[in-house]
Amino acid sequence: MNCHQAKPLIGPYSDGELEAAAILELEQHLKTCSACALAYRNLQSLKKTLKQDALYFSAPEELRERIKSALPSPAKNVPQRPAWNWAVNWNWLTTALSGATAVCLALLLVVTLARPSSEEPLAREIVSSHIRSLMSNHLMDVVSTDQHTVKPWFNGKLDFSPLVNDLAAQEFPLIGGRLDYLDGRSVAALVFQRHKHIINLFVWPSKETDSKPVVLAAQQGYHLIHWSERGMVFWAVSDLNEKELMEFVQDYAAGTQLK
Amino acid sequence: MVLPHLDAAYNLARWLAGNDHDAQDVAQEASLRAFRFFENFRGENARAWLLTIVRNTFYTWLRKNRPPEKTVEINDETLDIEDASANAEAVSPQFADAETVRRVIAELPVEFREIVILREMEGFSYKEIADLAEVPIGTVMSRLARARKLLQKRLAAEFNPGDQR
Repeated sequence: MNCHQAKPLIGPYSDGELEAAAILELEQHLKTCSACALAYRNLQSLKKTLKQDALYFSAPEELRERIKSALPSPAKNVPQRPAWNWAVNWNWLTTALSGATAVCLALLLVVTLARPSSEEPLAREIVSSHIRSLMSNHLMDVVSTDQHTVKPWFNGKLDFSPLVNDLAAQEFPLIGGRLDYLDGRSVAALVFQRHKHIINLFVWPSKETDSKPVVLAAQQGYHLIHWSERGMVFWAVSDLNEKELMEFVQDYAAGTQLK
Repeated sequence: MVLPHLDAAYNLARWLAGNDHDAQDVAQEASLRAFRFFENFRGENARAWLLTIVRNTFYTWLRKNRPPEKTVEINDETLDIEDASANAEAVSPQFADAETVRRVIAELPVEFREIVILREMEGFSYKEIADLAEVPIGTVMSRLARARKLLQKRLAAEFNPGDQR
């Protein structure tokens, strides 16, 4: 590969949009060509500059409130878990749309369209839990970016101790944790962030045999990755794109290998 | 399904409209429209779907409220000049203050700006951006490449004024 061929590939390569064969050729070229290597570094630097949080405009609270109050039935009355199931059926019957039931309806749609599998009810439960954590201002019980604060916080609250890694260096900073309830038991939910995208990582012990990370069909735009390792099952869920979520899973799994 | 993605909706609207007041109007109208047309939504990616509506709302609003934004003619020649001068190490992100970077992005023509926002801030794939902006993938790639060259050129001028070879 020469520079002329390499130049237009540097962008797609940085964006993770290059196919495997071309990646190998380009990487080979970058090793030997200092001009292209510099162009690549400069692009990485630009991407990092553009990704900084300071450039992201979060929605003002007043706007959020205005939209909430303009919606037919305010989403702030998100029912708690027991009422939730009830709300699905009830609202389905009456087809009354509220912020909460809109989510439920989308869920029902997914349920009716998708093929049933043994993991699917759990996957649905996990997506609901993820959405609920974002909706009801109950994302975190312990807010900390320090793994040594988050891990001990779970002591006495769970009958296992989840592995907590801060992945700030990989640009998935840990932002906190909370207790959740899934699959009929208390589980640890670790909360990570990539830019404005929240990642919930649910962890609990199980007798499942070890399995490699598997990407499950996206539900309502949320991506799900499931794996199990050394007696623990892991579910990562986020609106982050599939590729970056997989990066997260690999970074997390790599961290646990070291311990 | 609207509220969890309100930050993304507002961020895009804010970058497109250029100020808070108009961005709030656009984001609010888009959110309510998204809610109303919820029945048309076929479950793939709620955030992309909402942002498509934000984008359409913005362009409708733009036609009504503002004279057409000046589209800067960018030809390959100016970009080639930049290419030749790109021998220097780029400004490292620590030194680029957000205020200046923000201004430089805001100066990009709107059709480049939106692609940069969708790719770098929202992390959408080329395919997702193509669907969202209703342009071919090839156009997404060429706009992104040009936008990046422009940004690099202007950021370099801002932060290394003496380094313009």
